Amino acid sequence: MTEPLIYEISRPGRCGCFLPELDVPRAGLPKDMLRKDLQLPEVSEVDLVRHYINLSQTNWGVDKGFYPLGSCTMKYNPKVNERAARIPGFVRTHPYQEQATVQGNLKLMYELQDFLVEIGGFASVSLQPAAGAHGEFTGILMMRAYHHDRGDTKRTKILIPDSAHGTNPASTTMSGFQMIELPSDKRGNVDMDALRAACDDTVVGLMLTNPNTLGLFDEHIMQIAEVVHDCGGLLYGDGANLNALLGIFKPAALGFDVMHYNLHKTFSTPHGGGGPGSGPVGATEKLSKYLPGPIVAKANDQTEIYKLVMPEKSIGRMKSFFGNFGIMVRAYAYIRMLGAEGLKAASEDAVLNANYLQARLKKTYPLPHDRLCMHEFVLEGKVAGAADIRALDISKRLIDYGFHPPTNYFPLIVHEALMIEPTETESRETLDAFIQALEKIAEEARTDPELLHSAPHVTPVGRLDEVKAARDLRLRWAPK
Amino acid sequence: MSIRIDKACRYTKSHEWIRPMKSNTARLGITDYAQDQLSDIVYVELPEIGDTFKKGDSFAVAESVKATSDCYMPVGGEITAVNDDLANAPQSVNGDPYVAGWFVEISMSNPSELNDLMGPEAYESFCAEESAKGGH
Amino acid sequence: MTYVPHSEEDRRAMLDTIGVHDMADLFTVVPEEVRYPPLRIPKAVSELEILRELEALSERNADLGHYSCFLGAGAYNHYVPSVVDHIISRSEFFTAYTPYQPELSQGTLQTIFEYQSMVCALTGMEVANASHYDGATSAAEAVIMALGTARGKRRKAVVSPYLHPEYRQTICTYTQGMGVEVVGDKNGVVGLDGLKALIDEQTACVIVQNPDFLGRLESPAILMALAEAAHAAGALFVVSVNPISLGLLVPPGEYGADIVIGEGQPLGNGLNFGGPYLGFFACREQYVRKMAGRLVGETVDVHGRRGYVLTLSTREQHIRREKATSNICTNEGLCALAASVYMVALGKCGLIQVAELCYHKAHYAAERIGKIRGFSVVGDKPFFNEFIVKCPMNPVDLNRRLLQEGIVGGYDLANDYPELAGHMLFCVTEMNSRADIDHLVDTLAEVAS
Repeated sequence: MTEPLIYEISRPGRCGCFLPELDVPRAGLPKDMLRKDLQLPEVSEVDLVRHYINLSQTNWGVDKGFYPLGSCTMKYNPKVNERAARIPGFVRTHPYQEQATVQGNLKLMYELQDFLVEIGGFASVSLQPAAGAHGEFTGILMMRAYHHDRGDTKRTKILIPDSAHGTNPASTTMSGFQMIELPSDKRGNVDMDALRAACDDTVVGLMLTNPNTLGLFDEHIMQIAEVVHDCGGLLYGDGANLNALLGIFKPAALGFDVMHYNLHKTFSTPHGGGGPGSGPVGATEKLSKYLPGPIVAKANDQTEIYKLVMPEKSIGRMKSFFGNFGIMVRAYAYIRMLGAEGLKAASEDAVLNANYLQARLKKTYPLPHDRLCMHEFVLEGKVAGAADIRALDISKRLIDYGFHPPTNYFPLIVHEALMIEPTETESRETLDAFIQALEKIAEEARTDPELLHSAPHVTPVGRLDEVKAARDLRLRWAPK
Repeated sequence: MSIRIDKACRYTKSHEWIRPMKSNTARLGITDYAQDQLSDIVYVELPEIGDTFKKGDSFAVAESVKATSDCYMPVGGEITAVNDDLANAPQSVNGDPYVAGWFVEISMSNPSELNDLMGPEAYESFCAEESAKGGH
Repeated sequence: MTYVPHSEEDRRAMLDTIGVHDMADLFTVVPEEVRYPPLRIPKAVSELEILRELEALSERNADLGHYSCFLGAGAYNHYVPSVVDHIISRSEFFTAYTPYQPELSQGTLQTIFEYQSMVCALTGMEVANASHYDGATSAAEAVIMALGTARGKRRKAVVSPYLHPEYRQTICTYTQGMGVEVVGDKNGVVGLDGLKALIDEQTACVIVQNPDFLGRLESPAILMALAEAAHAAGALFVVSVNPISLGLLVPPGEYGADIVIGEGQPLGNGLNFGGPYLGFFACREQYVRKMAGRLVGETVDVHGRRGYVLTLSTREQHIRREKATSNICTNEGLCALAASVYMVALGKCGLIQVAELCYHKAHYAAERIGKIRGFSVVGDKPFFNEFIVKCPMNPVDLNRRLLQEGIVGGYDLANDYPELAGHMLFCVTEMNSRADIDHLVDTLAEVAS
């Protein structure tokens, strides 16, 4: 039973929300500026609520079940964070209020900056970027500013491993640079020979995710940092995989000069069906002056008075206002509730869970890189004896077993990739059930492949025609 | 798979075809092998009339749902016509890659570049080798 | 309180399965000299403790629930109907991910499709995306889209000096590596004719805001003429708008806009000290392939049932990588849902009513303030719900006095327009009762005397 579109439920004259009456005299309206028609739906509040509740029932969320999307860190979203973020004294503050009247907000931001500095090993943090990709773009612009500030404008290349998330090369292009792709070696590390060959005085820096999108910690990480720094380049850290390293190691100690964090991954803020997220950026002493702003500083060391400042040679502002404050409140509450021990326990169990799944599942599906992983790992979605079963079919059949599929077809360097990240908030029972489902599916692939090809069977809609969607564009409701 | 070849065309290693016409003009498109690799084509981004390209430049992009593929000039030239029908019927590239699915017409800047390309039989063998190497 | 379910027994059994002795064995690949650094983070606290602490912290703020607010300038104090929070608090919506597996995400996908439809209806455009981070980054993405539409052959953006200052700054930050020239915002340009004079064959786009940052409205006829000047030069015409104003005003789609952007926060999203907000983005269908951001399209499934999917994904970073229209991935999904619920809750007549309440209350306030000795309302253009007031004292001091009376006053325009030092931008919304406005007027009169 598909839910109609809200426009199809709409009936003329209905209204959902009643506002106070006008209590002042009416002023003249500029006749030439008034619109003649406004095509918004007209529904009662009851119909509105039923519409959205019915739609919600067709959605999968972390609260419904296991959601092992690699590199997304779909950990449990604590409900206390939602309560914290809704405290009226936080919600009902305007970004342009005089700073003396928002000291609560500024203090929270200041402390969060400090926590992220501590976790990453950096010198300072800007909370302004609104998402990971936004943070990446920020980091590359900062590297650019650093080189230009030294009078060096001949560096135009950014080195990016072939396992990198698509946002990395996209951010490179937006910064006006050219990407040079580096191959990975057989063990899933950056190929050191290729790196050495590529590092010269035309390189801005290397963008590296460590552990990478294969879930593997680079075995040459210290040399990588050395090679890049030796040619005068900088090392950018894509912090999407931070869930593997809280209290285990600090990225700055490995040589990263600048890094973005994903509060909506590592720090438990909810994914919202596509955001809002938050992508703060941390920098070492060398790059701190280029951070986007404003950021929060203390008025002076003695006081508990906070103010907004622009870093000395800031690249500028990356968006309006100060960043996604509501998300910062959630991340702050999370970090305070876990403390140092809790953060470390989270990473340890995240890595434990991933290795447990890997150890069991490699018996059933090919594991291209057979070594201990960190918080995620990648299998090939192939079954011996079932040549026309692909990652897509396995994923869709997993839905029938009550699981959200893992990430498909990424990273690009593994054929029919299934990237699995369980996170630390899953119990052993959940993990075992997931393993059993995948083992059964492999069996079905051999004995009854049609079950996989025609999956999923339990969802409100079956496989959707994406070709039709792209050829016959229907991007909004239109009246008949 | 049996790959369709058009005997009047010459071919590139990146699976574009070119069919010379009169007075140094030619039509270009992508081959049956290429459309099969891409699967259902949903859009083709074409250049504008008057644009000029060298041999090997990317002049168009063919899109399927999950991938895009640059198309490269077999020879250098100036665009004199584009196939406007592709905007409404991109699937004609899949169905009829050598005729209805043509991309552009060009005025060739150096027709002798045609000699560096493969003829129909050579291209057919090339495709058989590519298939043997294993696609997906 | 760490949300990790495992007992020691669980861990032991799992370590055995993996074939290692203890937890530390999982991390031997990390160089020893950097392993297990101490983390100087405060000791863990319970739910009860953190909520108490945060509530106390929030009390160091001036909560607008206890003040009457006349501050706007790009973030607005509007009433959020109760249904909005009720719907966005549904786990199925807020704990979901980006809808890459459409069979499991029809809820998210259909709500985005409806959001796209309503943004188009509001702005008079043909296509809208699922969101950008905020109005400022939407503006920057509009410039990038115009550059892409011109196939990289044009390098100039003509930007009105009355586009929100932070939007202009963001455009400059975003384009600093693109070899783009941004003109208009610093050239002493005063009116739209000044902008017109800057348009040439190098111009990729012309951007204006209506109502502009100073609250002023321009007639559709004049804006249409500017659009025509842009089009004649082969440039795109971009308009930034306040979505609430579109309850009343002619949408930019009817005066020649090719791209319409703006801040969606006023639609069902609280002030939240500046974020998370919502950049809405709409354009003409002919340009859709150069538009960044997620797009949901309608299709059918294998059984012929209607369903929704992300479409035109080849524009995006996960497929197109270095040739993508933008790097955007996570956007402001839940804020867009809040905006959708708001637009549905208010509906056609409700949004018109909100706009009228804002308009008439602002005009009442302006008329009364204009009559106070020492104050004057500046400008001869019509306005929507923000207007400029010349003050007899420094706005900073004036606002301090107002605060003592339970009033958060307007925006000090000296921050951005030196020629407007001593002027404030006042904003009035449906949240301001007549009594609030009268109290403001009385207090201003008292302060001036």
